[in-house]
Amino acid sequence: MEYVIEMLNIRKEFSGFVANDNITLQLKKGEIHALLGENGAGKSTLMNVLFGLYQPEKGEIKVKGETVKITDPNVANDLGIGMVHQHFMLVDTFTVTENIILGKETTKGGVIDIKTAEDEVRKISERYGLAVDPQAKISNISVGMQQRVEILKTLYRGADILIFDEPTAVLTPQEIKELIQIFKTLIKEGKSIILITHKLKEIMEVCDRVTVIRKGKGIGTVNVNETNPTDLASLMVGRDVEFKTEKTDATPGVDVLEIEDLKVKDSRGVQAIKGLNLSVRAGEILGIAGVDGNGQTELIEAITGLRKAESGTVKINGKNVLNLPPRKVTESGLGHIPQDRHKHGLVLNYTIGENMVLQTYYQKPFSKSGVMNFKKIYDKARNLISEFDVRTPSEYTLARALSGGNQQKAIIGREIDRNPDILIAAQPTRGLDVGAIEFIHKRLIEQRDHGKAVLLVSFELDEIMNVSDRIAVIYEGEIVAIVDPKKTTEQELGLLMAGSKKKEAGEDANV
Amino acid sequence: MQMSSRMKNILTPIIAVFLGILVGTIIMVASGYNAITAYQALWNGAFGDIYFIGEVIRQTIPYILAGLAVAFAFKTGLFNIGVEGQLLMGWMAAVWVGVSFDLPKIIHLPLAVLAAGVAGALWAFIPGYLKARFRVHEVIVTIMLNHTALYITNQVIRSVLSDGKERTDMIADSSSLRSVFLESITDYSRMHWGITIAIICAIIMWFILEKTTTGFELRAVGFNEHASQYAGMNVKRNIILSMVISGIFAGLAGAMEGLGTFGYMAVKGGFTGVGFDGIAVALLGGNTAIGVVLAALLFGGLKVGALNMPLEAGVPNELVDIIIALIIIFVASSYIIRWFIDRVSKKGVK
Repeated sequence: MEYVIEMLNIRKEFSGFVANDNITLQLKKGEIHALLGENGAGKSTLMNVLFGLYQPEKGEIKVKGETVKITDPNVANDLGIGMVHQHFMLVDTFTVTENIILGKETTKGGVIDIKTAEDEVRKISERYGLAVDPQAKISNISVGMQQRVEILKTLYRGADILIFDEPTAVLTPQEIKELIQIFKTLIKEGKSIILITHKLKEIMEVCDRVTVIRKGKGIGTVNVNETNPTDLASLMVGRDVEFKTEKTDATPGVDVLEIEDLKVKDSRGVQAIKGLNLSVRAGEILGIAGVDGNGQTELIEAITGLRKAESGTVKINGKNVLNLPPRKVTESGLGHIPQDRHKHGLVLNYTIGENMVLQTYYQKPFSKSGVMNFKKIYDKARNLISEFDVRTPSEYTLARALSGGNQQKAIIGREIDRNPDILIAAQPTRGLDVGAIEFIHKRLIEQRDHGKAVLLVSFELDEIMNVSDRIAVIYEGEIVAIVDPKKTTEQELGLLMAGSKKKEAGEDANV
Repeated sequence: MQMSSRMKNILTPIIAVFLGILVGTIIMVASGYNAITAYQALWNGAFGDIYFIGEVIRQTIPYILAGLAVAFAFKTGLFNIGVEGQLLMGWMAAVWVGVSFDLPKIIHLPLAVLAAGVAGALWAFIPGYLKARFRVHEVIVTIMLNHTALYITNQVIRSVLSDGKERTDMIADSSSLRSVFLESITDYSRMHWGITIAIICAIIMWFILEKTTTGFELRAVGFNEHASQYAGMNVKRNIILSMVISGIFAGLAGAMEGLGTFGYMAVKGGFTGVGFDGIAVALLGGNTAIGVVLAALLFGGLKVGALNMPLEAGVPNELVDIIIALIIIFVASSYIIRWFIDRVSKKGVK
């Protein structure tokens, strides 16, 4: 059997914490091999060991049958290992070619020979069907293109083995399709690929084999054609995972959130919400389905007071809150799980405890006459941490130090604990693994069962179909249809999201 | 064992000071001076005599307040380079009140101090407002306002507070911070009651930032404006408030000079430098209240002790400035020191 890379019984510790414990990964030539694990399972650590960023305490690495010691990324490069990072490492103001040759510049008499480099880049780009313009500036090309530049960078340096760290996390569905095509071309040209991911769908679609790790331990390697998403999920999480969240029928009550004729402009001054009408009732989850960029962000920001609206009304429990400052809106009974947890959801340099009272710090018992009561704050935090299963060393840990899933759980805990009448959840599970997704969905449904209203905004159709009691489709700043998730199909939703206005849908869906 | 971050915060400035002195030694030796005699002279000039100790404390007072001003703004995400200008405005306001009224001390002195705080606050309000309202960067505005303050105060001294003279009259005794008691126990140094004000301000800064809801908001806005807005905090108000509080500290630093050390204000050809040294003090003190007090003491000691170096060791004054500059450079490059500490403490394990 021909392995291009063998990582045998790798162990890596960080001051007492075992990140990788006896993990074995063997990559065959010409295969796409998935490395699957939850957030924080140790995938990135293992790949950083392979890439020379960390030295393992135990274990052996073989490249093409020979034992090697990879002391730094340059050694990895020389061995033909290239890595496409999740967060691109590109200089925005440089051109594609300049970025690619950075650190490996072709020179002619001491001067950079950009012409030869451009030709070379173009040649590689054409060979692998990447369609990258070597002269384009990074700041002017899309995220998908930037990723291809990263791929080009590794190929330019002669990589035979490419590691992709969560490559689809930042891509649109169309770009994902194109990336998969690129994978296939790379394999055809004799490359081998390791794909780090926690998306089961992708693994089933493109990978040949998959190595699963859980909590730092190697669980095993399986052939993709001999497994299925359910088995993979339970291997990864260590228990059975329900993809379809169980829930009873909704028993909706009165309107909690009423939006009438709302008009909002986006940051560039373009009308993003054009007279939108919508209401969410107590005891139901209303899902908003739509392609990114159809006004979802502006809608949420206008409701929560983060963005000034042009006109219209937004009522919470019958009281108009439009264009009130965010605090007034929050106090009217609104909870908000923001789309961007780093930008809006958390102060990363605050402790988890401090973040837990981000909206309530000025109220009793967390403060009295303007003086904070940190004991009460951290008591509260401790309760929320255990109730919402936030995995953190302590309540005094900086939010920055937590994994994405745990940061999200902390936000969700904070928002649900305030017991809002209307909870807005924007992309609540983005970038999370199946275990965390299941947990979050259950919490949203629980909130509904307590008679609260939930507004869920998501670009993931699966999530919308699974969790919602009603689905409102947003297209170019308007609700074009309201449908019943039990009676609709992905195809129908897809058409609506693409703007084909059919029937005055939804009347029958108003359960 | 990984060193705790607290430990690192303490160790970093100490190493920086040590490196500054070390390189200073090399420079002195290279220029043909006896480094040991020089440092002895420095030490004697700062702590060798109760008089010098009094002078060191006197010098420390404005450094503490200037350092607090910079540190407070810094903790809330703003870089107040305008401490120098706010200090000058505070100095002028304090002296103005000091020379213009004749009141009982219990009213006159607090009024003069208050005037300095208000003047500093108003001068800092300008960049705060411009930043909050129009997103104008505070560094640029404060630098400009430093110069504006210098020329305004000079002009006021010439045309309002005197008849075309180069300095104001002495302030009334009822507004002075001078203390016969403190002077007598320090062999007639110029040490004054300002030290109590400076220490109280340090405690106030710590209390506001670490214990109050206002401080919680200020720090949150400093770290992440978007999350603060999401959480319902008034971002603009907090930016202005932060600058204003910083300006109060700076203005009080000016009052210390006007009501304590000098008792008057003279036309200046250039900046006092205290405001700028405040940046170094804040940096060295890790932007914490206690750190600022300690760093100010060090700077005060260096500054006063340096005066003795030419007399006792024949080392030029400029060399002391070089050493102070070196310390600042090493503090500013604390990242390198941190990295070094990390390496050493990791090696310790193996």
